[in-house]
Amino acid sequence: MKLTINGDPQEIHATTLAEALAALELSEARVATALNGIFVPADARAATALSPGDSLEIVAPMQGG
Amino acid sequence: MPLFYGTQVSSPMMLGTAQYPSPAILAAAFSASGAGVATVSLRRESGGGQDFLRLIEGLGVVLLPNTAGCHSVKEAVTTAQMARELLRTNWIKLEVIGHGDLLAPDVFGLVEAARELCAQGFKVFPYCTEDLSVCDQLLRAGCEVLMPWGAPIGSGLGLNNLLGLKALRAAFRDVPMVIDAGIGRPSHAAAAMELGFDAVLLNTAVAKAGDPVTMARAMAQALDAGRAAYLSDPIEPREMATPSTPVIGKAFLQ
Repeated sequence: MKLTINGDPQEIHATTLAEALAALELSEARVATALNGIFVPADARAATALSPGDSLEIVAPMQGG
Repeated sequence: MPLFYGTQVSSPMMLGTAQYPSPAILAAAFSASGAGVATVSLRRESGGGQDFLRLIEGLGVVLLPNTAGCHSVKEAVTTAQMARELLRTNWIKLEVIGHGDLLAPDVFGLVEAARELCAQGFKVFPYCTEDLSVCDQLLRAGCEVLMPWGAPIGSGLGLNNLLGLKALRAAFRDVPMVIDAGIGRPSHAAAAMELGFDAVLLNTAVAKAGDPVTMARAMAQALDAGRAAYLSDPIEPREMATPSTPVIGKAFLQ
């Protein structure tokens, strides 16, 4: 389905947030996620269903002051 | 040494992790600074996040994630929630930015976000102005640390409102306070400590110096000197001279 992932429109084969991370090869990465602006804890990813047009943010620690 | 939410940190320096010429210089600057806390941001994972995570977790300092760049309460709260999971800490440096030119805090959104995050169990470090009413509201919201700006982020102007910062320090004597933003030189860092502030958060002044490692060391020395000066009860300035050499006993030679 078509999702917006970190601001980029992408076609991805996934029905849940956990599957989307797997498709992006980020299952093992330490990242945090938010779906449509709402934080989704790691242990809720498998049960979080995706819908076409959803906006997914995947973040990691970066340089900051 | 400063005590934040029951945790004693090893240095009055908190150091940012942005803008260094290289990861190796970042690590060397941290080592030279003796900083006890490192600030980090959360950004979209585009390949570098995992290496950076290993680098900062290897620094041996307490990590303080920030909500830099957030302009709304909702963004800041969601960012804090993601940071808590990712870095396994309740600490959050809360920034809710109001105006882009000065990166000034939106103090109304800041208080609202602080209230929400404190209710969710976060230990909030609010990036705020030196306004007494705002700081009072932040304390009422549940914050146990205040982080007033010295000057706009990255400006290097030092302590822009000395009167306001002195008044803030005097108003809340028992609250740990960190001067966050605006420090450019070691003399600014020393001045902050001489006023009785507990710590200073630096980034640009170290990372963008020609020699970040030496500057990190200079800042650490300045912070120690400023703290020692504060504890030694410095004299008050006066406008007229007063002789330091005794007048009595001077030979009459005319």
